[in-house]
Amino acid sequence: MKSIRDDIARKGILVSDGGWGTFLVAAGLGAGECPELWNVEHPDVVRNIAKSYADAGADIIMTNSFGGSRITLEPHGLARRAPELNEAAARLSREIAGNTLHVLASMGPTGKLLMMGDVAEEQLYEAFAEQAIALERGGADACSVETMAALDEAAIAVRAVKENTALEVVASFTFNMRTDTGYRTMMGVSIADMAAGMLNEGADILGANCSLGPVEMIEVIRDLRAAAPAVPILVHPNAGMPHRADDGGITYPETPQMMASRVPELIKAGANIIGGCCGTGPDHIRAIAAAVRDGLHSAGKS
Amino acid sequence: MDDILQRIATCIERGKVNATSPYPPDLKGQDGAHELTKAALEMGVSPSEVLAQGLVVGMNSIGRKFSENKVFVPDLLMASKAMQAAMVHLKPFFESGEAKHRGTFIIGTVQGDLHDIGKNLVSMVMEGGGWEVIDLGVDVSTEKFLDALKSHPGSAVGLSALLTTTMVNMEKTVAAVRTQHPDTKIIVGGAPLTAEYAKKIGADAYAPDPQGALDYLVGAVA
Repeated sequence: MKSIRDDIARKGILVSDGGWGTFLVAAGLGAGECPELWNVEHPDVVRNIAKSYADAGADIIMTNSFGGSRITLEPHGLARRAPELNEAAARLSREIAGNTLHVLASMGPTGKLLMMGDVAEEQLYEAFAEQAIALERGGADACSVETMAALDEAAIAVRAVKENTALEVVASFTFNMRTDTGYRTMMGVSIADMAAGMLNEGADILGANCSLGPVEMIEVIRDLRAAAPAVPILVHPNAGMPHRADDGGITYPETPQMMASRVPELIKAGANIIGGCCGTGPDHIRAIAAAVRDGLHSAGKS
Repeated sequence: MDDILQRIATCIERGKVNATSPYPPDLKGQDGAHELTKAALEMGVSPSEVLAQGLVVGMNSIGRKFSENKVFVPDLLMASKAMQAAMVHLKPFFESGEAKHRGTFIIGTVQGDLHDIGKNLVSMVMEGGGWEVIDLGVDVSTEKFLDALKSHPGSAVGLSALLTTTMVNMEKTVAAVRTQHPDTKIIVGGAPLTAEYAKKIGADAYAPDPQGALDYLVGAVA
């Protein structure tokens, strides 16, 4: 098993990948269809997404398993296929990553709120454990518990991965509002509370993904680094907020060059893994990878 | 009388459901929205006054703090639990016609999208604002919105989407509602949306938060 942390200790900065959903939609995934089902029904499409990021220069390839817990698969009638769909997700990314790149498996939130009694803690734990075990079996090196907003759900997810697999765990939250005292998730979790809570559960890497663009992410990463001085930090910004294109589709304002231009500031703020979330594609990752190489090159010279 | 209405409003804003509820800790052991609403009605306060000066005041206050990022989703959820506990006592008066809603609001998450947290928050704030809410759930087709408008003519409509891959489905629904019910007020909201996007797809308003939806409709309809 390849350790992302060891690799960061050696190289300083790693590049991860960009969005997956837009690719699937472009390949014909219909609204309301289950993306994870494509791991078995259209494996070539999924493999092709992974390959496009590997070709773009990513060191870390993610997986098509964001909604792969049995709780999120349930409305699609696929809850019982969670082990199969997650294992396939990890295997497809591993086929492309080979022995040289890391496979970081995605685990998103369930959409259920513990505080409202939508779901019991044991149900969440079982669902995340089942997903993580399958992802490990498929060949993942690490799990990213990502796009989290609630501290309780994320803590259960991190614990479920740590207690049932040997995978490294990234805990990545979505901060989306600025208050007088800094950024918060929609559930009101501050950056400091997130860092303390996730380190307490044994998270190996902390992160922030989705919602915010690269400029706001610089502030988030700076605060996250202050709250957690000793762990690697991942950042996956969105390519800004979506706009309506003339054909009724969606476009994002941040070009690959615009995002890449923020790489030095993201690194200075404390990021160790830089990729993208919604609206980012292989061109963004290629530009980010080039900016990271340039940064390391000039840092080596100085 | 003013005192008990003020206390109902406070219980709702603070999320104090009933006397046995341990939350919030500083109100432990005291009567909550459930007991106080019951008592107010027994004292002879009219259901309309309980609604307007108790429930609506409390929900309005928490809804506004939520828009200002002073409180967060858990606070709004607790407040709506307390609001629901009070609403149980008002329901018979709405059914008998003794109390009237401010209007009817049809809401749903658009086709292809299974997310319901945002949609539910808007439903709660609208209900707490005195509106009758027809919640069509998630993955709601254009036809379902049109059917609901047929059964509840004159309603306003709210569309929710969390995903960029499903927000594009709003446009079709907005266009169909416009064509068949030209006077309907349509509000859209959700994480990836912007006022600019709402305007481009022909919605009347973009609500950045639940209170924004309520404020718009109170201004537009009242």
